[in-house]
Amino acid sequence: MSASSAFNDEKGGSSNVGEPEYGHDPASGGIFSSDYKRHDDLKEMLDSNKDSLKLEAMKRIVAMIARGKNASDLFPAVVKNVACKNIEVKKLVYVYLVRYAEEQQDLALLSISTFQRGLKDPNQLIRASALRVLSSIRVTIIVPIMMLAIKEAASDMSPYVRKTAAHAIPKLYSLDPEQKDCLIEVIEKLLADKTTLVAGSVVMAFEEVCPERIDLIHKNYRKLCNLLIDVEEWGQVVIINMLTRYARTQFLNPNMNESLLEEGGGEKAFYGSDNDDDTDDEEDKEEKEKKKTEATAIVKRKPYVMDPDHRLLLRNTKPLLQSRNAAVVMAVAQLYFHLAPKAEVGVIAKALVRLMRSHSEVQYVVLQNVATMSIKRRGMFEPYLKSFYIRSTDPTQIKVLKLEVLTNLANETNISTILREFQTYIKSNDKDFVAATIQAIGRCATNIGEVRDTCLNGLVQLLSNRDELVVAESVVVIKKLLQMQPEQHSDIIKHMAKLTDNIQVPMARASILWLIGEYCEHVPKIAPDVLRKMAKTFTNEEDIVKLQIINLAAKLYLTNSKQTKLLTQYVLNLAKYDQNYDIRDRARFIRQLIVPTDKSGALSKYAKKLFLALKPAPVLESPFKDRDHFQLGSLSHLLNAKAGGYQVLPDWPEAAPDPSVRNVEVPEWTKCSSREKRKEKKADKPFYSDSEGESGPTESADSASDTASGSESGSGSEESGSGSESEESNEDSESASEEDEEEEGKKKKKNVEKIKARKPVPESESEPSSGEEVKKSEKKSKPRIGSSESESEEDEDSESESSESEEEESEEESEEETKKKKKTTASKPPSKPPKKENKKEKKEMSLLDFDDFDPAPSPSQVTPLNNFLSSSLVTDLEGLSLTDNVLSPTTIVPSGNLKTYELLHRITGEGLSVEYCFSRQPFSPDPHMVAVKIQFTNSATSEAKSLHVEDAKLQSGMRIKEFPEIEVLPAGETVSVVMGIDFCDSTQAANFQLCTHTRKFFVSIQPPVGELMMPIFMTENEFKKEQETLLQSLGQLMGMNEITEKLTLEEKCQGEHAVVQRVTTAANLSRVPCGSDKECSPPVPPPPFPIHRFAGKTVTSGSLVLVSVVTKEDGAAQLTVNCEKMVIGTMLVKDILQALTQ
Amino acid sequence: MIHSLFLVNSSGDIFLEKHWKSVVSRSVCDYFFEAQERASEPENVPPVIPTPHHYLISVLRHRIYFVAVIQSEVPPLFVIEFLHRVVDTFQDYFGVCTEAAIKDNVVVVYELLEEMLDNGFPLATESNILKELIKPPTILRTVVNTITGSTNVGEQLPTGQLSVVPWRRTGVKYTNNEAYFDVVEEIDAIIDKSGSTITAEIQGVIDACVKLTGMPDLTLSFMNPRLLDDVSFHPCVRFKRWEAERILSFIPPDGNFRLLSYHVSSQNLVAIPVYVKHNITFREGSSQGRFELTLGPKQTMGKGVEAVLVSSQLPRGVLNTNLNPTQGTYTFDPVTKLLSWDVGKINPQKLPSLKGSMSLQAGASKPDENPTINIQFKIQQSALSGLKVNRLDMYGEKYKPFKGIKYMTKAGKFQIATR
Repeated sequence: MSASSAFNDEKGGSSNVGEPEYGHDPASGGIFSSDYKRHDDLKEMLDSNKDSLKLEAMKRIVAMIARGKNASDLFPAVVKNVACKNIEVKKLVYVYLVRYAEEQQDLALLSISTFQRGLKDPNQLIRASALRVLSSIRVTIIVPIMMLAIKEAASDMSPYVRKTAAHAIPKLYSLDPEQKDCLIEVIEKLLADKTTLVAGSVVMAFEEVCPERIDLIHKNYRKLCNLLIDVEEWGQVVIINMLTRYARTQFLNPNMNESLLEEGGGEKAFYGSDNDDDTDDEEDKEEKEKKKTEATAIVKRKPYVMDPDHRLLLRNTKPLLQSRNAAVVMAVAQLYFHLAPKAEVGVIAKALVRLMRSHSEVQYVVLQNVATMSIKRRGMFEPYLKSFYIRSTDPTQIKVLKLEVLTNLANETNISTILREFQTYIKSNDKDFVAATIQAIGRCATNIGEVRDTCLNGLVQLLSNRDELVVAESVVVIKKLLQMQPEQHSDIIKHMAKLTDNIQVPMARASILWLIGEYCEHVPKIAPDVLRKMAKTFTNEEDIVKLQIINLAAKLYLTNSKQTKLLTQYVLNLAKYDQNYDIRDRARFIRQLIVPTDKSGALSKYAKKLFLALKPAPVLESPFKDRDHFQLGSLSHLLNAKAGGYQVLPDWPEAAPDPSVRNVEVPEWTKCSSREKRKEKKADKPFYSDSEGESGPTESADSASDTASGSESGSGSEESGSGSESEESNEDSESASEEDEEEEGKKKKKNVEKIKARKPVPESESEPSSGEEVKKSEKKSKPRIGSSESESEEDEDSESESSESEEEESEEESEEETKKKKKTTASKPPSKPPKKENKKEKKEMSLLDFDDFDPAPSPSQVTPLNNFLSSSLVTDLEGLSLTDNVLSPTTIVPSGNLKTYELLHRITGEGLSVEYCFSRQPFSPDPHMVAVKIQFTNSATSEAKSLHVEDAKLQSGMRIKEFPEIEVLPAGETVSVVMGIDFCDSTQAANFQLCTHTRKFFVSIQPPVGELMMPIFMTENEFKKEQETLLQSLGQLMGMNEITEKLTLEEKCQGEHAVVQRVTTAANLSRVPCGSDKECSPPVPPPPFPIHRFAGKTVTSGSLVLVSVVTKEDGAAQLTVNCEKMVIGTMLVKDILQALTQ
Repeated sequence: MIHSLFLVNSSGDIFLEKHWKSVVSRSVCDYFFEAQERASEPENVPPVIPTPHHYLISVLRHRIYFVAVIQSEVPPLFVIEFLHRVVDTFQDYFGVCTEAAIKDNVVVVYELLEEMLDNGFPLATESNILKELIKPPTILRTVVNTITGSTNVGEQLPTGQLSVVPWRRTGVKYTNNEAYFDVVEEIDAIIDKSGSTITAEIQGVIDACVKLTGMPDLTLSFMNPRLLDDVSFHPCVRFKRWEAERILSFIPPDGNFRLLSYHVSSQNLVAIPVYVKHNITFREGSSQGRFELTLGPKQTMGKGVEAVLVSSQLPRGVLNTNLNPTQGTYTFDPVTKLLSWDVGKINPQKLPSLKGSMSLQAGASKPDENPTINIQFKIQQSALSGLKVNRLDMYGEKYKPFKGIKYMTKAGKFQIATR
């Protein structure tokens, strides 16, 4: 209401039309007063205290500005309000200020301090808007202030402010071009910016200020290519256009060979026509040489390899063909047209054809470009021929352009359909269009020899059309066609001669006369008659026709002077007194030339030659030919004239400039790779350092919590108080020594020393296992081992079991109980969660650490250890050592065996590389999640900030527990974190975004089936029982839960150890100690063909997974997997099979 | 880039001007008016007009010319596309984009233009962001504003421009969470006089109206994504996902937006849903011509053809017509020679027809022009190409949204040659 009233008021005031409306406007008190007075009124409102009045006044003022009315006399009153609190008033004041500041420079300065204050505001949006307005005020005196503000804003924290700074650069440049050098510095700085928000704006500034400084782009080229898809659409257009130019200067022509061949071919034809036969020996030496060099050039250049950067540009722009923004699509299309190898240009056709559905203005521009392209690359648009068919509803300018494209696309195969289309067009209402169609037919006829006669016949039929325009256009076109082969068409010429009676269009009459004159020898009888008729009407003809009559007369006089002498004289006499001096001149000239007199000069001898010379046939060319020397899609191309500020698209360089200029980062990249090696080393480290707390901050925190957890567990469980703690430290030392051991190779001496030093440890280590073993084999032993249990680190369920054992006396029951317990406690199985909150897990921590420390290539390492153990311990423990052996490498797979997967490559991650592995440790915050260890390595030069997970796209039921945000990752550093993923027992990938402070990466983690489970410990008896219950649970459907595969083990794989190793690597299962069901019998030598059993359960649902490998002779084996989840079972069988047979 | 913008109405008045750099005199538009005079039809004004110092790039929408003044080289499509975006924004804000609406909201228009361009370079063109900056006028707000003097300008500064999802405003809340998708297909066809199809293609769009709380992440999958030959997306659609899985995955903007437009290639045989029997004859020497037209449905998959409108430009020689429609109403404008027949729904049992005679100029020879018949129609609840949405899933938010998908087929440029 308010705005409209203001507007009406304004309108009334300016045009005196809407006077009745005046009365309705309560706000304008001084309706009937003059402009001057009304402005007084506005001033009053602006000076009032009420925001509403100020707003009202400003709205009316803005309405005035919009109408183009002068409101400059209000400047002082308005500028006072620049610091107004009301946002809308403020905004409108800004609008006013920007509009009139130029005219009132002195007063405008009053407002500057407000903006300077705004530049310091803590809110980025206020900073940005202050800079925006400040830079829009075109007052030269504040140039230094603007420069300062831009420089400051260019290094602002907020990318939005930096974007505004980029926008301000061209503003300042247009105000004061002398600041160019300073501004280029700022541009250079902003070009290095890595945010998509800034990229488009700064390239825009670059294009306006220093488009010639292509060298500034080198370093940023790859970054721009990679950012491109995320830049806002307008920025994309600018960047793509700039990169097109850049690529033209930096890369080699991908079509070099073809174009050379083509040119060669073309030249050949050219010479051929000269020489009749170009394989003739008569070829000049020069020519031969030329060919030779050409040939060598071709040979020399044959191995063209596209610069990877060139490829990068093509690849990264291609998806943008799908943009909804026509300008972006066009930009990509022109980039492909100018830069892509011929074979690849085709992809743009579809997108361009799609644009033809858009608004007619878009169509207009696109068709212009398609017309140019279709000359060079006809094949590209041929499949879309029908999309260029013309509808009666198209605007004429679109019709004509479509016609142009259709003509360009015409060739021998499609000409018949095109001509049929053309026939319908000729019947159109739109005469301009019909004329264009006839010309198009003419062009088709000249270009395609096969249809020339058809076209000519068609055109001749048009000569009897009722519409004069059509006939005239046809005549003109026929004239051009006949010039090509006049001999065969004297009939047509005769026919046309008759038309002179009817056709009034001067151009057509002139054409006919010219034709008859030119080919008067073919129509010797008719020609003089035509001249006779023309002489009769000479005075009434148009000038252009008169000239042709004179021409005709002259030609006839030269060929057939007998019949036409008098006529010619007559015509020339008429012309002599014509009003048009051109005609008078022509008449005088011709008379001198052809009528021999005494005075006539030497020229008259040549009159015949002059007039009847063979004239070359006109070439009907597309007006779009060679327009592609302008960059397509540009304004200059559209106008076919260079527009101001147009940057010429350079030609391809002869030889590629040094591609390494773009590699400014090369030293860094190589550094990266070396760093990566280091990182690889480091990658192992966390496993060690976890407890040692020597490297990254997170790890040290981890280790701290480790020890804390140890003590906690001590206080928590009375029995396993200090023992566990001390043990832990023991273990630590052990692990450290072990690590040393590994690092220093297997120097025996040291080894022995170490082992000795470790002596107490193995004892404590083996003790619990022995206890456990004993306990499990003879169920009665439980109470007895209670104490040892408390010490035992390896026994996962020690705590529960011990408490259980105290309560329960009955063996069977306890057995049952433990089993159940195991099931429950197994949800916190033996492995190291990074963040421990759970006491039980705390306790297991040390064990896990130990296992982690167990160096990677464990087979070689573990075996000697076991040898040692077996030799040093009493014989009855020997069998147990085997269990130990099994337990340590299998229940918890040594970290070194963990396969790491790549999550983010450092190139796509812009220096940030991310790998993950399944750490096979329980994820403490949620036992139903799989722990995934993620390792970040920052190989970029700048630090990465706020690494976090965002925006997870999960299949239903899947959940993610994100890792805590990593605030800063300094350059060159590596950090690992653990996140939990509940895969719902499926191998579906978990997709999420990995975000840094600048970028987001889509990543996904897909678990191998073996990682979806965790080991549980059970005895062989239990195993068998479970297997049975599993089989029976489905009752009738026996086979459902069991999958059996026969396989042949490879030789390498036949050993027990190898089998265990491979199975446990493939799946996170624990080995079921074998032979333990033999009632604690004295150590038997392992059976020759043992059965290996493994147990585990799925992480999410806790379904049991039982695997047994029955080995037989000659490496034959049978693999059985029992699992409720059939899918998991099937997949697991496959995986294990693969692991065993490889 | 864009220096100034002038809005010109159909009678040739400049009713709004806006300058982003220094002021360009409105006399520059004289070149535009010249071109306008030269053009026979309003849509034949060339979109790009060079003048000695400037270039004028214009678009015509809703009978208003939006004339942008530029001074130096710039991709013309860039300007054209931007101008269309401006019109779309106006339409979004005011419901219609007419001269009256723009005049009534001149301040909002000015504020919008100020935000959309900075120094002639587009700044904020996403409607979600603009709406955060400048509230669209509603009747209620206009009343309230007049009374309280409050503003259309958003109180808080928007965060959208800074967010990683620049097309969606933050803090969206709805009590009813709903997401509607309209699959609208337009069939373009040229049919020759014998009734055989010369060219036919289907262009489709999926327009969405999504009103969901928070930051929902949607995936839309199709039963038959292969049909889509060529697609263009709203920037919110994750291109990689489409490439890999043919699934549309996106965080939608708030409110109405065009998710996708696609093209079904002409290789797939397009079923033409209607047929026309026509018999338009002029006899030599007679001042009468016969006109017969019958419409019928064809391959409509059992759905009714509605809102049928037939129009035809008759030859100039026709003075008047005397026709009888079996249903609907017909009009003939003797000045423009435009015949239009509002048929309504086609009843397959009783086919609509229009028969009668045309009177020609006495003595004139028979016209040899070729009147074409343009047809508009709608078919509800079916997408002609057979495209079907399989499912729509939402992630990232807990609530259950109400989802709806509607299909419709329309005639685009559907043209039949008669002779």
